Amino acid sequence: MATQLERVGRKTLDQLDYLGSLSIQLWVTLRFMGKALPFVGNRSRWKASVGQMLQIGVDALPMVALMAVASGFILAMQGASELRRFGALHYVIDLVAVGFTRELGPLLTAVAVSGRSGSAFAAEVGTMEVTEEIDALRVMAFDPVEFVLAPKYLAALIAVPCLSIICNVCGIVAGGIFMFFSTHLGFLLYLRYVLTSIELRDIISGLIKSIAFATIIAQVGCLEGFRVRGGPDAVGRSTTAAVVKATFLVIIADAVFTAIFYFMRKP
Amino acid sequence: MAIISIRDLVVEYDGRRILDGLNLDIEQGETMVLLGGSGSGKSTLLRQIIGLERPRSGTVIVNETDITRCSQSELNHVRRSIGVTFQGGALFNSLTLEDNVALNLREHTELAPSIIDLVVWMLLAAVGLSEFGKLHPQELSGGMKKRAAVARALALDPEILVFDEPSAGLDPVVAAELDELILLLKQVYQMTVIVVTHELTSAFKIADRLAMLYDGAFVAVGTKEEIKNSKDPHVRQFLDRIPSNVAKTTAITSFFERYLEASEVNQ
Repeated sequence: MATQLERVGRKTLDQLDYLGSLSIQLWVTLRFMGKALPFVGNRSRWKASVGQMLQIGVDALPMVALMAVASGFILAMQGASELRRFGALHYVIDLVAVGFTRELGPLLTAVAVSGRSGSAFAAEVGTMEVTEEIDALRVMAFDPVEFVLAPKYLAALIAVPCLSIICNVCGIVAGGIFMFFSTHLGFLLYLRYVLTSIELRDIISGLIKSIAFATIIAQVGCLEGFRVRGGPDAVGRSTTAAVVKATFLVIIADAVFTAIFYFMRKP
Repeated sequence: MAIISIRDLVVEYDGRRILDGLNLDIEQGETMVLLGGSGSGKSTLLRQIIGLERPRSGTVIVNETDITRCSQSELNHVRRSIGVTFQGGALFNSLTLEDNVALNLREHTELAPSIIDLVVWMLLAAVGLSEFGKLHPQELSGGMKKRAAVARALALDPEILVFDEPSAGLDPVVAAELDELILLLKQVYQMTVIVVTHELTSAFKIADRLAMLYDGAFVAVGTKEEIKNSKDPHVRQFLDRIPSNVAKTTAITSFFERYLEASEVNQ
């Protein structure tokens, strides 16, 4: 009994330690963010940020777009099969438009970026730990958070919301294609219905979620990299851990934000 | 006058004592070789000297600053006076050799780009790599990487130059070339050099004084002659290459005899 309690206690402390490390790392990153900004910051950090934006955003674009189109079709078809029974097929438009802007757009983007870039962050930083590049930065009087993490975080903060908007558009377009083929609804009319069904706060809540997800992915990916000790096998483990933990935390954060927005929306 | 002064230094990892009350003075302009077998604590001592880790107790005074208790900005100031060459070079793989060497100058000085280019070329020429500046570290051999790391360490004209296992993984000819480079640099730049190694030929070639570590404590500190004539059993074992764990052939034979007897009984 005592050993079970001990184990539970130790696991709890480990999780708290992890969350504490994440919070401290986020605070340190925010302190160095100014150096990664254009014009006011360091030119080479901004250059690194732009490179990361291309990797996180542009390179992920085809994958995110395809996922969004497929999910748009799935959502529209599943919704239509039920709503048709009640003669409410036109509500598919609301389902797709609101579902994507509030929920699916940011979430799908976060899952894709977590798998692609979160793992890449962990692998890159982990390899730098193993090859003593992080130690080299420290002895050269650089802060690794400023040098490595801040550009990645800034890039994620810009690229993930942009990807999320593109994901929303692709999903909604897929819903429009489905509506055209199933009900012969014209695309312009479909777009008019979409614009009446979504509100500005739907878009804003989706963007707020995207920013939170970008924070989780960049911070978890880099923290897993910084925690690498040992050889190449440890880098592999950190890569897996980065994806698993980031995806888990993204879903938890999504639930929290959805609950907050739900209660804020309630009259 | 001692440029580095270590007093009662104790380092522990998870309750295991790695360095046990070390005392050492390294004089300005001398080449101190830290000698010792695998696991003797020499790399741990090096990490303390360059301020990468904090000890359990004791002090490490570099240039009149106690780096075990100073602030981060003071530590960064001290670090700018130390050039470090890591075992694997620890060059930044995403940068060319030129950029690796120029990094310190671009970030820590106000020099004009044309002056930085000139200094970088001079440093690469000093280590015999002036034709390879545009290459990335992964395109270089092990010896070239170490020489490039020396060029990077020299960029800010440090007072102290530190080498971690300079000969490790190199063939005897390249290792000898690196020894010559260390001697040449010391002659030209008049800097204090600290070398961690277990290569005896290299150690006796470059050292002014040597400190022999065994099980986290110094067993001998002195000039080349004093170390060569030392009667300490650990020093003698190391210098005379006397193995401590000899494979017991009788034990192996009896093990196989028992195994064969057991398999005969089973058949």
